Amino acid sequence: MAKFDRRVFLKLAGAGSAVMLAGCGRTSDSESEARDQQKTGEMTYRMNGSTGDRVSVLGYGMMRLPTLEGGKEDAEGNNIDQEAVNRLVDHALEHGVNYFDTSPAYCKGFSERATGIALARHPRESYFIATKLSNFSPATWSREKSLEMYEKSFKELQTDYIDYLLLHGIGMGGMESLNGRYIDNGILDHLIGEREKGRVRNLGFSYHGDVEVFDYLLRLHDEGKVKWDFAQIQMNYIDWKHAKQINKRNTDAEYLYNELDRRGIGVVVMEPLLGGRLASVPNNIMAMMKQRRPDDSVASWAFRYAGTPDRILTVLSGMTYMEHLEDNLKTYSPLQPVTDEEDAFLEKMATLMLEFPTVPCTDCKYCMPCPYGVDIPTVFAHYNQCINEGRIETDNRSPEYAKVRREFLIGYDRSVPKLRQASHCIGCGTCLPHCPQDIRIPDRLHKIDEYVESLRRNS
Amino acid sequence: MCQTFSRNGSLIVLMKVKMAWPFSKGFLKILILHSINRYVKIPTKLSMLKRIRVTLAMLSIFAVTLLFLDFTGFAREHWSWLAKIQLVPAILSVNLLAILFLLAVTLVFGRIYCSVICPLGIMQDFFTWLRGHVKINRRKHNLYNFKKAYTAVRWLVFGLFVILLAMPVTHMIASLIEPYSAYGRIASSIMAPVYDAANNIGAEIAANHGSYAMSDVSRNNSSTLIAVIAWTTLIVIGGTAFFFGRDYCNTICPVGTLLGYLSRFSILKPWIDTSKCNGCTKCARNCKASCIDPVRHEIDYTRCVACMNCIGNCSTHALRYGLRRQTRGETHKPERDTDGSRRAAILTGVTLVGAMTAKAVEDKLSDGGLAPVVEKRPLDDRKRIVPPGAVSVKNLTDHCTGCQLCIDNCPNEVLRPSADFETFMQPVMQFDKGYCRPECTACSDVCPVGAIKPLDTGEKSVIQIGLAVVNRDACISASEGVNCGNCSRHCPSDAIVMIPVDADDDNGNKMPVVNESLCIGCGACENLCPVSPVSAIHVEGRMTHTQVRTA
Repeated sequence: MAKFDRRVFLKLAGAGSAVMLAGCGRTSDSESEARDQQKTGEMTYRMNGSTGDRVSVLGYGMMRLPTLEGGKEDAEGNNIDQEAVNRLVDHALEHGVNYFDTSPAYCKGFSERATGIALARHPRESYFIATKLSNFSPATWSREKSLEMYEKSFKELQTDYIDYLLLHGIGMGGMESLNGRYIDNGILDHLIGEREKGRVRNLGFSYHGDVEVFDYLLRLHDEGKVKWDFAQIQMNYIDWKHAKQINKRNTDAEYLYNELDRRGIGVVVMEPLLGGRLASVPNNIMAMMKQRRPDDSVASWAFRYAGTPDRILTVLSGMTYMEHLEDNLKTYSPLQPVTDEEDAFLEKMATLMLEFPTVPCTDCKYCMPCPYGVDIPTVFAHYNQCINEGRIETDNRSPEYAKVRREFLIGYDRSVPKLRQASHCIGCGTCLPHCPQDIRIPDRLHKIDEYVESLRRNS
Repeated sequence: MCQTFSRNGSLIVLMKVKMAWPFSKGFLKILILHSINRYVKIPTKLSMLKRIRVTLAMLSIFAVTLLFLDFTGFAREHWSWLAKIQLVPAILSVNLLAILFLLAVTLVFGRIYCSVICPLGIMQDFFTWLRGHVKINRRKHNLYNFKKAYTAVRWLVFGLFVILLAMPVTHMIASLIEPYSAYGRIASSIMAPVYDAANNIGAEIAANHGSYAMSDVSRNNSSTLIAVIAWTTLIVIGGTAFFFGRDYCNTICPVGTLLGYLSRFSILKPWIDTSKCNGCTKCARNCKASCIDPVRHEIDYTRCVACMNCIGNCSTHALRYGLRRQTRGETHKPERDTDGSRRAAILTGVTLVGAMTAKAVEDKLSDGGLAPVVEKRPLDDRKRIVPPGAVSVKNLTDHCTGCQLCIDNCPNEVLRPSADFETFMQPVMQFDKGYCRPECTACSDVCPVGAIKPLDTGEKSVIQIGLAVVNRDACISASEGVNCGNCSRHCPSDAIVMIPVDADDDNGNKMPVVNESLCIGCGACENLCPVSPVSAIHVEGRMTHTQVRTA
């Protein structure tokens, strides 16, 4: 049967054969239609070693829920569009998503309620609920306040048990905050007791920031004091090796993942798109991705990347719109893991993105005239053009360097007269309030000037 | 071809002299003839030796001229030594290797320097050749005759040249007749602008086709005064060559005088085999140096430039190039002192026309949303700045002959010819168009006279050629409170720090201060200062360069 054949074909493709991947990219219209239909029931699942849960590799992050139009909200200030949430949750469940991640802090504090309402309409065993003890504010550090918050989650989520409970955002505020929130007030011990009682099925933590806290919690695990069933970390193809370049206090996901993997602790991924950045990449990078997989979205690369390692339990995506959900379902039904070659490709894209972020200048010219004569939009346009065409290079040992250097410098002098180049930006900031894109114009000009200077010096 | 070769027999003699030839005669003959005739089409009736001379001369002048024209650095990188083996530059820079090489060449082959190395000599040959192709007074041949040498004038001019060259102020007058720099000024002021214009047309076309093969160039090598001198030189010397052959070389040129004296003792030279000569005087009538005395069968070797024209011209093959059969028992001891002379010769100097054109500062029309930018103007009243490698202002003025090679090779439009009397035609630095960039050592790479000594970028980065001075009243950061600091941001040696004008108010106006122990005087601050046309920070040159730290 034709349909059966296609399934086999897709499964093989999912097994990571590069040849088959290339074949996939060239499927005819009828075949890709067939694939769209096939996504139901084809969702990839991962096994949680602690409880044997079969978790969908796509997890629903309930942090960016759709809001009512026109700024409407109820008396309490809740502006979540519950009908839309219901529709999204129904569609997700129908297509195999079974992990829903919320927190008492999300959506002005109404996420848990909305999640509870949407999920309560389905059999309790058909999904897993993940929520967190989000006692960030020192006002909630006391045992009473924390327990109050914990118990409220059950009420809001309309459930007797929580499948996955996380200490929320450990690492933020360092050890002091960890001790204040969970250790000194005995809350961690209480939660361990709750797990024994079955009200919490899996206990874990989500981590941001100070790596000392992360290491400390794993030490507790090693010493047998606390058994962590899972942990949630920020992971994507930039954070894997370049977390420090995004945020100095962050730690490379490579380290975090390997530490967890070594201990057999399941990993939940957050920020697979790095706050949306990996869904809209510079044009040159987009082009390279489309060249490899013409039918796949830019975001799908990040999702496939995050879902590929074996220890990944689920990849959270804060899907506000049905279109997000459908694209992600397509990506994960089934997941085609990134190959080693694709992995290297994404690492290269990460380097490119970090080293040469394009300037989001729209050439509206509101910043002009610059009182010092700099032709701001044209400088940005030349720079962006070079990035988008891949004519950029900092490594002077690269065989491309001489050509790239020549073209950048000649093109620069051609498009911008010397007296109007970035070197004449004195950083007065007159332009700043005029930019509708909030570009830090002087900073970007100085960066471009530094690049030009490095090119000139490496003759 | 082979016939031509065996007819004059000269190479055979040459081979005998250079005893260590590893090849047989026949092999060498085929090798040379083929390799030359393959690429250079010279009428076959010319003698082999002349063919070699013409080929070498064309290559040589082409390469030297490219040194001035080429702005990409290719010529500079590959054959800047060609400028360094010019005799006066070699002497001025005490380049012993080059001097010994030239002496040896002259003592072996005669004055071939004047025929294949000196660009001004080759240029004259071009005019002479032109004359041979133009019918004037119904004559194209037999244009010359034996003349007596103006020995006294020659040595007088030579003496004057040496004296003028040795004195600091008159130094540049001497360089007016110095052949290499005279040619340099012609290449720089007459040819380079044409070359640049052609390039810029090409660059325009390339830009329209999205190609990066050619790019725009602008150089600061144009000076009306030097252009006047270059044109005068071209017309006077070119004209002389056109009508009278090598009279300039054999009367005025001090290099010609010196080498002429030496070449009297050269091992190889043209000579007349009296046993074959039928006395037709054809050789004398076609000698551009007018140095063949057909009656006495003598050649005045002080004037012969070994052009080999006579060798193939003789119908009885009486003219030969090689060891002369009868040797003259003279020892060679070069003398430099001047002869006492009865004839007073007046050195024709070139009047310095002091027509300074005021550089009009044109305000650019603002197009679209562009604010008008006021272009900077060069500062005339500062202490002179000379490039890294010059060691001191004195060293540069003492050695520089104003050949313009450094100016043509400066890619940053910093170097330009001076118009002051004392430093006339010598390079001075101005930072209105660009600054002395850290990666560039072009001027020190090319300077043939040792006025700018070679150095690498590491050494350059620590040589203090001047010191930046801040004009606080003009500085928009210090006086108007604008958050600038562009000088500080672009200083390659981190010598400029922004400090509060009011020591008690950290948030108030900031002003740049210069760390005298770090500033190298590169002019980045002056060039990029937003205050125009005169920057609020500028460089004052140092008399003697120092190192700010170890390289």
